Amino acid sequence: MTSSQSTTAAVASGAKKSPKLAKGRGTRLGPWPVVVLCALIAAFSLIPLGFVAVATVNAGWDTAVAMVFRPRVGELLLNTLKLVLITVPLCVVIGVGGAWLVERTSLAGHKVWAVLLAAPLAIPAFVNSYAWVSAIPSLGGIFGGVLISVLSYFPLVYIPVAAVLSRLDPALEQSAASLGLGPWRVFFRVILPQLRIATAGGALLVALHLLAEYGAFAMIAFDTFTTAIYDQFRSTFNGAAANMLASVLVLFCLVLLLAESKSRGSARYARIGSGVQSNPRRMALGLFQIPSQLLLMAVSVLALGVPLWHVGRWVLAGGATIWEGPVLINALLQTLGYGLAGAILTTVLAFPLAYLVIRHPGPFSKLLEAANYISSSMPGIVVALALVTITVHNVPAIYQSSFVLVAAYALLFMPRALVNLRAGLAQAPVQLDEAARALGKPPLLAFILVTLRLSAPAAAGGAALVFLGIVNELTATLLLAPNGTRTLATQFWSLSNEIDYMGAAPYALLMIVLSAPMTYLLFVQSKKAAGQ
Amino acid sequence: MTIQPNNSPAHLQVSEIRKSFGGTDVLKGVDLAVAPGRTTAIVGPSGSGKTTLLRLIAGFSAPDAGRIALAGSEVAGAAHWVPAHKRSVGYVAQDGALFPHLSVGANIAFGLPQRGKAAALRVGELLEMVSMDRSYAKRRPHQLSGGQQQRVALARALARQPELMLLDEPFSALDAGLRVATRRAVSQTLEQAGVTTILVTHDQAEALSFADQVAVMRDGKLAQIGSPFVVYTRPTDRATAEFLGDAVVLEAWMEGSLALCSLGGIPVRRPPAQGKVHLMLRPEQIRIATGGPIRGRVVDTDYFGPETTVRIQLEPMKGDAEHPLDPHQPVGGEIITIRHWNAMLARPGTELSLKVVGEGVVFPWSD
Repeated sequence: MTSSQSTTAAVASGAKKSPKLAKGRGTRLGPWPVVVLCALIAAFSLIPLGFVAVATVNAGWDTAVAMVFRPRVGELLLNTLKLVLITVPLCVVIGVGGAWLVERTSLAGHKVWAVLLAAPLAIPAFVNSYAWVSAIPSLGGIFGGVLISVLSYFPLVYIPVAAVLSRLDPALEQSAASLGLGPWRVFFRVILPQLRIATAGGALLVALHLLAEYGAFAMIAFDTFTTAIYDQFRSTFNGAAANMLASVLVLFCLVLLLAESKSRGSARYARIGSGVQSNPRRMALGLFQIPSQLLLMAVSVLALGVPLWHVGRWVLAGGATIWEGPVLINALLQTLGYGLAGAILTTVLAFPLAYLVIRHPGPFSKLLEAANYISSSMPGIVVALALVTITVHNVPAIYQSSFVLVAAYALLFMPRALVNLRAGLAQAPVQLDEAARALGKPPLLAFILVTLRLSAPAAAGGAALVFLGIVNELTATLLLAPNGTRTLATQFWSLSNEIDYMGAAPYALLMIVLSAPMTYLLFVQSKKAAGQ
Repeated sequence: MTIQPNNSPAHLQVSEIRKSFGGTDVLKGVDLAVAPGRTTAIVGPSGSGKTTLLRLIAGFSAPDAGRIALAGSEVAGAAHWVPAHKRSVGYVAQDGALFPHLSVGANIAFGLPQRGKAAALRVGELLEMVSMDRSYAKRRPHQLSGGQQQRVALARALARQPELMLLDEPFSALDAGLRVATRRAVSQTLEQAGVTTILVTHDQAEALSFADQVAVMRDGKLAQIGSPFVVYTRPTDRATAEFLGDAVVLEAWMEGSLALCSLGGIPVRRPPAQGKVHLMLRPEQIRIATGGPIRGRVVDTDYFGPETTVRIQLEPMKGDAEHPLDPHQPVGGEIITIRHWNAMLARPGTELSLKVVGEGVVFPWSD
């Protein structure tokens, strides 16, 4: 029996399994060294939030009010609000519409479109911004911000929605049809409601990215909280001002989290019952085939074509002179080094958390998940600000050391590793561990031979996604990197800031090349993970 | 297998075992003895603690109190606990728990001390032991049917020649047809291997057909232990009776060894109480018979193919001059459910004559 079958069987026969579940319930926290470790990791992951809270309290009420209620903050607030309120719905329309066309209609070439719509994720937003500024030098303001954000982030909605659509049980649609609903009403009354969780999750991710993004908006001189915090910090090192802006930003993030969890509600759309599900039926597009193709083509040209064309154009125009061997190789090696170190550390830190959550579910593991959920929404700028301030004041020995940078990466990308590890550990039920012990293997060996071995692919997948995140990370790297550090992202950034677009092109190209396989991996994984 | 005749004749001895999780007492003092080479089924409803007991015997967790001895040596006691991997115990989980990353052969060889050729040879033997072709060794677990997976899990557990085999609802995930066939195959294999076996199940029919000894578990205690025949025909309380199969329970008046009820006087061996009692009969003890002493009218029926479930309203008892009614005798009118093979005989509204075969079982009255 495959595990997905046994999962559905467990759902179907919940009562039958309850004595087994009952054993994991309640006070059994898990092995205490793991519990202690997890508590430490969770505390570590809450550092940025704690920092913002403490900074706000330390600033005092009057200072806080004075810093927060001023025209500049109002302007930033308006910019950020406009950005979120325009971009998120557009991303949802493109993401859900695209996913539906690809997964549920007779769209010609749907397999190619499926990949093309996910592909923009391989282009970092600040590279996208650079390409569009090359195309339209006057680009800026809310229009520029929305344009670049939508084109960079709609795959965050498209990928999860497409994954759910491809796994949605067609029996539900058939039932609806047999209850007298036509295809359009089936779409709006049955399919769309089932996409709610995936859509809300994707929309939350888009919104959090909008709040956290620095490079893309700085490039077109569009001011958001994040760019303002960065400028404030860089220009004056004025702690209180940057910190207060950061606490407003964090408040924003927490409100978003709350809104998303409210919209998610307690609904669960698991497929109930066992048996094999048939393949979904595709709706004939008919006359809409050509308009659909044109629409998707337009999206792909804007999101993929424009950035690739301009990066390619600069690379060609620059010729051999822009490939400064030693500098480039150095940046590449440093990026790979940080990527690997960060990926390994993050996965190792995430493992005990995932282990407790899967193997010892209970109030404590719920608390861990909540801590992780909250810290996952912290923008890079806040994480960087927290770590800079804390290391400067409390542990100057490690200030601006690569250790702190890797720790920041772990804070930022822990959720990616955790999601994968959880799925992987769920594939390695504790019964297998017990079977190995009953066959004479000591607990540790049984754990290594079975659980670790079975979750290794998921751990590798999670590590790869963390690596992808680190390669494209700009904000925290700019603030935290030790002197002399040049990653692909920071080198690209400093060159394009000097308007050396030609010189920056090879770095952009390398980041895209490094990201492409990881993006494909993410795309493939999403198909497998849907429904879990 | 070590035999310790003078120490204790039981191969497995469980004494006064207690276990609680988060303040809930799951096992409240369980005693169980299993003789060498015999099969015991622990049967009980969900949440009765049967799986917990099995896991304590396997060594996956330690009891809060009590003692477990295997082949004469203590594996769990006051100051002593042997973990699973050091006990000679085989374990087959509900879904087989085959390692998905290993081939069937590697799964079976997992616990073997041998490597290479010797292991491959032993794997072949074990596959044959569970009636599977040696060529299956190269397959992957997901390429097997549910029944085959369970047989491989059994072969894997048998590989180390355990003292004791523990089966945790190993057939419940299988389809009805496959379940019976797999159960028979597993039971034969274990019998040939002569392994002492404990089966945990919530399926009473499975427990009764599989085991030499049935232990009925309820609310963290063993309510009754005995041979399948005894626990089915002579359950010690009403809950056990109703758990082990369909039961007709009637109000009755116990006098000596005769229970008076609306089915007449039913003989009872060793009644635990006199006066007002509950009388339990198995439906198959009540037969439709022309000229039978009891009369009833068919209320409705349920057709199952080979047999029909018939609900019958019993006719109220009327005494006459020669046979005056005992003043304590219940007057009848109850509706009982029996089974009959002939659907034509029992149509709603039909008047039927019934007779009772064999003895009844009596439980003290409770409201």
